[in-house]
Amino acid sequence: MNFDWSWTLTWEIMPRLLWATANTLLAAGAGYAIALVGGLIFALAQRAAFGPIRWAVREFVEFIRSTPLVLQIFFVFYVAPQFGIQLSPWTSGLLAIGLHYSAYLSEVYRGGLEAVPRGQWEACRAINMSARDTYFRIIIPQALVPAVPGMGNYLVGILKDTPMLSVIGVMELMHAANSIGSEHYRYLEPFTLVGLIFFLISLPTAGLVKLLERRLRLGLGL
Amino acid sequence: MNVSKSYGKLNVIEHLNFDVAEGEMVSIIGPSGSGKTTVLRTLMTLETINDGVIYVEGKPLTHMAKGGVLVPADERYLRRMRTSIGMCFQSFNLFPHMTALQNCMEGPVQVLGLSKKEARERSEELLHMVGMIDKRGQHPSRLSGGQQQRVAIARALAMRPKVMLFDEVTSALDPEVIGEVTNVIRKLVTEHNLTMLMVTHQMGFARDISDRVCFFYGGKIEEQGTPHELFGSPQRERTKQFLSAVKEAV
Ligand SMILES: Nc1ncnc2c1ncn2[C@@H]1O[C@H](COP(=O)(O)OP(=O)(O)O)[C@@H](O)[C@H]1O
Ligand SMILES: [Mg+2]
Repeated sequence: MNFDWSWTLTWEIMPRLLWATANTLLAAGAGYAIALVGGLIFALAQRAAFGPIRWAVREFVEFIRSTPLVLQIFFVFYVAPQFGIQLSPWTSGLLAIGLHYSAYLSEVYRGGLEAVPRGQWEACRAINMSARDTYFRIIIPQALVPAVPGMGNYLVGILKDTPMLSVIGVMELMHAANSIGSEHYRYLEPFTLVGLIFFLISLPTAGLVKLLERRLRLGLGL
Repeated sequence: MNVSKSYGKLNVIEHLNFDVAEGEMVSIIGPSGSGKTTVLRTLMTLETINDGVIYVEGKPLTHMAKGGVLVPADERYLRRMRTSIGMCFQSFNLFPHMTALQNCMEGPVQVLGLSKKEARERSEELLHMVGMIDKRGQHPSRLSGGQQQRVAIARALAMRPKVMLFDEVTSALDPEVIGEVTNVIRKLVTEHNLTMLMVTHQMGFARDISDRVCFFYGGKIEEQGTPHELFGSPQRERTKQFLSAVKEAV
């Protein structure tokens, strides 16, 4: 075994990897944005007054959580066209990963919502608030604070899951490293660099989440 | 009204007949678990009732007329009827992410549709009345229990209810701050023509300010009368027992 690190190759492939990093960040960011909203919808739907909706959403969330992400990505990309829905790799990828993480985030929100004391609901009722105002002005702001750490974990999680999108050809970091490797017959440099890049992005996220939590607490006066 | 309420199999209120006149101050006393809180909660429509109808100002609260018969009220009807009722809780239940002033303005702005300016004026007036105007910018976490409860009273009054319900509003408070809350209620009795229903364990206070005192036992009114009658010469054995037990505890 010989260990020789080629700096020439490192500098040569850097621009491509940085370009792919942008794609990875875009995929993680857009997927997370979908999940933030989708998760809230799933969480609220599981509290709907109409029983069948609660049940259906509950089962759907359970289903997504208990099947592999890569299967869901393939499903959206390869199976949806059979139903006449033709989506680009990017669109299917974001949809699949966004949906996947919606299911996980809905559980985080659910925990947060359940942590809001019953007295808050009753106080809203006593001043005759609408259900909508009750949720959006009183309950959700309070539910967010305990949810932030969990939300942060899944932010790192979605970032680390973006390589799955390479299976349908999204040009993110893994995909780029793989192509570079097969073009240059060298895998050491591209994969090491990809690992380093992921590490450098993930590392500060935990700190930022802590900061956000404290900011939110302060902002809400809690 | 003739009302029953059960939680599952447990009958908490049984065929309760209970009337409160406009402007009357009624205190409810009784042992723990006798259904006092439940009565207030059904009036605030936090609980539904299993049997009977509750009327407020001659109009059904829990039910609505549909095709000549009374059916259980839907949310829209309840929201209309609820405007005349306000409630204060043992645990205050202020909105923790809002200041004292925002707590009071929330209902008037969001529910009554008042302008921010009108709501602020109304709320500041009430915060002044409960002696909390200096703390209007504070969040509940920075206020003592007595202060929080006074803000909660102002928040309820900001909706201009005709009926106010107080559920053991001093039970969670340290003894030395109970007075600041009871004084506010006292002020309401003397200066406003509100109809009030108050669950309390403070016999002295109930005796002072009530027009009528009801002793609850097992989901029923065991005995009721003017404070003078009920505290001075209770007729029923259970009432006597309860009152002497309370006296010993003090
Ligand atoms: N949400 C509930 N579910 C089941 N039982 C309840 C509930 N709330 C109250 N109860 C029961 O109803 C009875 C009356 O309660 P409550 O009205 O709170 O009494 P009080 O206020 O006089 O102490 C008690 O036996 C209590 O355990
Ligand atoms: Mg009680």
